[in-house]
Amino acid sequence: MRRKGFRGDEGVSLWRRFVNHGVTLAAAGAVVLVLVPLFAVFGYLVYKGIGSVNWAFLTQTPKPVGEAGGGMANAIGGSVLILGIASLVGVPVGIGAGIYLAEYGRGRFGDFIRFTADVLNGVPSIVIGIVAYSLVVLTQKQFSALAGGVALAIMMIPTITRTTEEMLLLVPTNVREAAYGLGIARWRTTISITLRTATSGVITGVMLAFARVAGETAPLLFTAFGNQYWNWKINQPTAALPLQIFTYAISPFEEWHRQAWAGALILIILIVLAITAVRLAAGRGMVKGVS
Amino acid sequence: MGVGIEVERLNAWFGKTQALHDITMSVAANHATAIIGPSGCGKSTFVRCLNRMHETIPGARVEGKVSIGDLQVYNGTSATKVRRRVGMVFQKPNPFPTMSIYDNVAAGLKLNGFRNRRELDEIVERSLQQSALWDEVKDKLRKQSGASLSGGQQQRLCIARALAVQPQVLLMDEPASALDPISTGKIEDLIFQLKEDYTIVIVTHNMQQASRVAEFTGFFLLGELIEFDKTEKIFTTPSDKRTEDYITGRFG
Repeated sequence: MRRKGFRGDEGVSLWRRFVNHGVTLAAAGAVVLVLVPLFAVFGYLVYKGIGSVNWAFLTQTPKPVGEAGGGMANAIGGSVLILGIASLVGVPVGIGAGIYLAEYGRGRFGDFIRFTADVLNGVPSIVIGIVAYSLVVLTQKQFSALAGGVALAIMMIPTITRTTEEMLLLVPTNVREAAYGLGIARWRTTISITLRTATSGVITGVMLAFARVAGETAPLLFTAFGNQYWNWKINQPTAALPLQIFTYAISPFEEWHRQAWAGALILIILIVLAITAVRLAAGRGMVKGVS
Repeated sequence: MGVGIEVERLNAWFGKTQALHDITMSVAANHATAIIGPSGCGKSTFVRCLNRMHETIPGARVEGKVSIGDLQVYNGTSATKVRRRVGMVFQKPNPFPTMSIYDNVAAGLKLNGFRNRRELDEIVERSLQQSALWDEVKDKLRKQSGASLSGGQQQRLCIARALAVQPQVLLMDEPASALDPISTGKIEDLIFQLKEDYTIVIVTHNMQQASRVAEFTGFFLLGELIEFDKTEKIFTTPSDKRTEDYITGRFG
């Protein structure tokens, strides 16, 4: 059998060729196994949801039960608001903590923070919702977009912290030394050299955290609470796509089920758009040949 | 113009291990001085003490007196101030990977708060010309990353970057050991020209290189400066037996 392969491997034993093929096939199989669920989920969402996505769905607020039409515009807006707050709070704190761990966090205190971040990463999201409830909702005596945003921010922080740390540690010492050698102060080096060199990795971490919390429902149940109408005030109950999907999906109404599917599809599309936009924005101004 | 360097009873440690013992040495202005010796003898540690890079390693410590021109390196002067006077070129080319060629050269000035665009342009061009890289990169200054250049070009870029902050002294820690012979030749030619404006201290494993580029040579062994003299004297009639053994290839 003729096959593509390394030149000069005619003398290689049959067994080694067999193993080589076997491993390649296994790796390819693993790739397929990864891709199948992804496309299955997305495909099913499109199949179930696309029929209910229309202009009204994207621009109108929900109609009362029994009335046809209506949409999730307020939930889309609410999600944007809540995720905006979450990112505004979570990204700087997460990146800051990551910088601390990578650049200064040797010794006990650093290890303690690392451990805390890892534990926080494993705390169920409903528990974080309760914490945000008692921290923000009870003190403000009000369900609010802020409370939802804080809950999601708490969930984003450990992921961003740990990936930022990992990415900064990947920046070779000799790049830092080059900066010190030029008489650039340490804090300047950290921000303008080390963090800049690690930018694409840090952004990956941020987007990972963002995508994860964008679909969270539990922490929003008793923080953002949900709302049938438009709201752009951060101290008012606010609708969010996952909440709306949840409410609609457990309802007994066929029309709401269809809208829940459509909402799920829109949620996924929004996440993909957000990630793509950030990637494009970060890629602009990049020079060629970056290794 | 370059200035001389006076080193008096310099001792350096990594944690509890002493890496340098009582080094006293005076480096002449506007000349190249080579530091030779076997691996682990303290050559790199020595030059890294001259611009206070040694202390960036956790647990590292220095004692003694170093002055660069009229600047006391270890007496209350800030490390960043010292390093702006002393350029450094490392063994492995280390351009800032995400920066363009232009930004690499301008980095030392920009990140220290220098903002005059027009002057920056001039300095970048002059530095790249001094490091003999200008003609090869002038058309892609802002478009390409420093990391996209070849190894030899990257090293000349690093030299330009060091020159851009207008230091008085240039420390080179085995600047050509990762390069092919042609690139090495270019770096050596460069050292010849740079001597006119800078004082150069070059660490090298390559004794031919030391004899080609340097007027003075210091031989280090086990953290001590064994012999320091005119290069010619070191390589023809060394006064210490250990120096002779090393340069004749009996060890190291």
